[in-house]
Amino acid sequence: MKQAVHIGGPASAGPDLQELLGQVARGDQAAFAQVYDMVCGPVLGLVRSVLRDPAQSEEVAQEVLLEVWRSAPRFQASRGSGMTWVLTLAHRRAVDRVRSAQASSDREHRAALLDRTPAFDEVTEQVESRLEREQVRRCVRTLTELQRQSVTLAYYQGLAYREVAELLSVPLGTVKTRLRDGLIRLRDCLGVNA
Amino acid sequence: MSSTAELHTLTGAYALHALAPDERAEFERHLEVCPACAQEVRELAATTTRLGLAVAVTPPPALKEQVLRRIATERQEPPKVSRESRGAGGGAARGRALSRFALAACLAAAAGFGGVAVWQHQEAQDARARASDSQQRSEALAAVLAAPDAKIRTGELSDGATGTVVVSQARDKAAFIASGLPKPPGGKVYQLWFNDDGTMRDAGLLDPSASSDSVLMAGSVGEASGMGITLEPAGGSPQPTSDPLALMNFPT
Repeated sequence: MKQAVHIGGPASAGPDLQELLGQVARGDQAAFAQVYDMVCGPVLGLVRSVLRDPAQSEEVAQEVLLEVWRSAPRFQASRGSGMTWVLTLAHRRAVDRVRSAQASSDREHRAALLDRTPAFDEVTEQVESRLEREQVRRCVRTLTELQRQSVTLAYYQGLAYREVAELLSVPLGTVKTRLRDGLIRLRDCLGVNA
Repeated sequence: MSSTAELHTLTGAYALHALAPDERAEFERHLEVCPACAQEVRELAATTTRLGLAVAVTPPPALKEQVLRRIATERQEPPKVSRESRGAGGGAARGRALSRFALAACLAAAAGFGGVAVWQHQEAQDARARASDSQQRSEALAAVLAAPDAKIRTGELSDGATGTVVVSQARDKAAFIASGLPKPPGGKVYQLWFNDDGTMRDAGLLDPSASSDSVLMAGSVGEASGMGITLEPAGGSPQPTSDPLALMNFPT
């Protein structure tokens, strides 16, 4: 369970992105174009996974990218990688959008959420992201069923943990714990260090 | 109000943006004082990044043009005064620098009263030693709460008081968190014990003056299968002299 898989995935996106964000922070639009090339695919993919609707996803992805431009001066490399910073912005925006849209009303087709699988199989021509996908898919398979469902419902569908608990009919405390130990297991399997 | 141990289990939900706004605010306050939790959040956030990268798509080409056009007229925010420098590490460092400065000022002011100045310096050193001792203990406590293998069990003590025990086999340490426990009667203290198959082994006292309700149990977990808490004469006892208020098995 502990063995880490390292094929090369995001490491190659690491230092470059940090440096570029530093240039973006000083108003460098050409550097931003390069940042765009690195992050737009993951940003749009993640937002689409949460929101589903393609037009709305593109709109939110644009907002995220504008936020990257605006707040690049506030990016602190000491707090995490550039990619983590960008995808954290993206996830938060997507989640805010999906929760405000459905504020108090039920999410349509709640039960259908359970059948949704993350879009691991969308076509991408980039070898790098195919490798990343393989590693993540492999590590997700090492989770228990409840860990897997809790983590993917929260991350890929943007559900709050209370909604996850309700949907899976398990106590709130159990979901909190599964979200934590599920991510810890993924961390170890993927060999993440931060 | 959540206890420290409960808050600590929220690292995952926090990294996944799965908390309600009020819980998120409470957890963020906790993060400021819990470096181990902050480190775990960083690691789990980096883990979610990998989940995000795995669903990357190829964006439509027109999107790039639109975004680049929009940033050309969009103002950037000024850099923020780094929270980091106010946060855990930096804040402590500045605190130390400040106290040295304050101390120097004291010494200068008391130049004519050599004896007094030295005495004050001595007292300051004692206070510092106490502070760093308690900081070390709270770091050790945070490390147990943050251990990836940490297991938690909560039980009823008496009169609605509850006790939560957090055990990390990997660190061979346990922490105990009391909630709603009444002050011990005069001349008495609460003492914690490891239960080694029916034999009670001293695990320290619940410090009545501690501001926090969580303590690191003294000694290692070893073969202990559970813990107990008794009321003992001030200063504690080598062996329990009263019936336990509660016995709890460690979570497995």
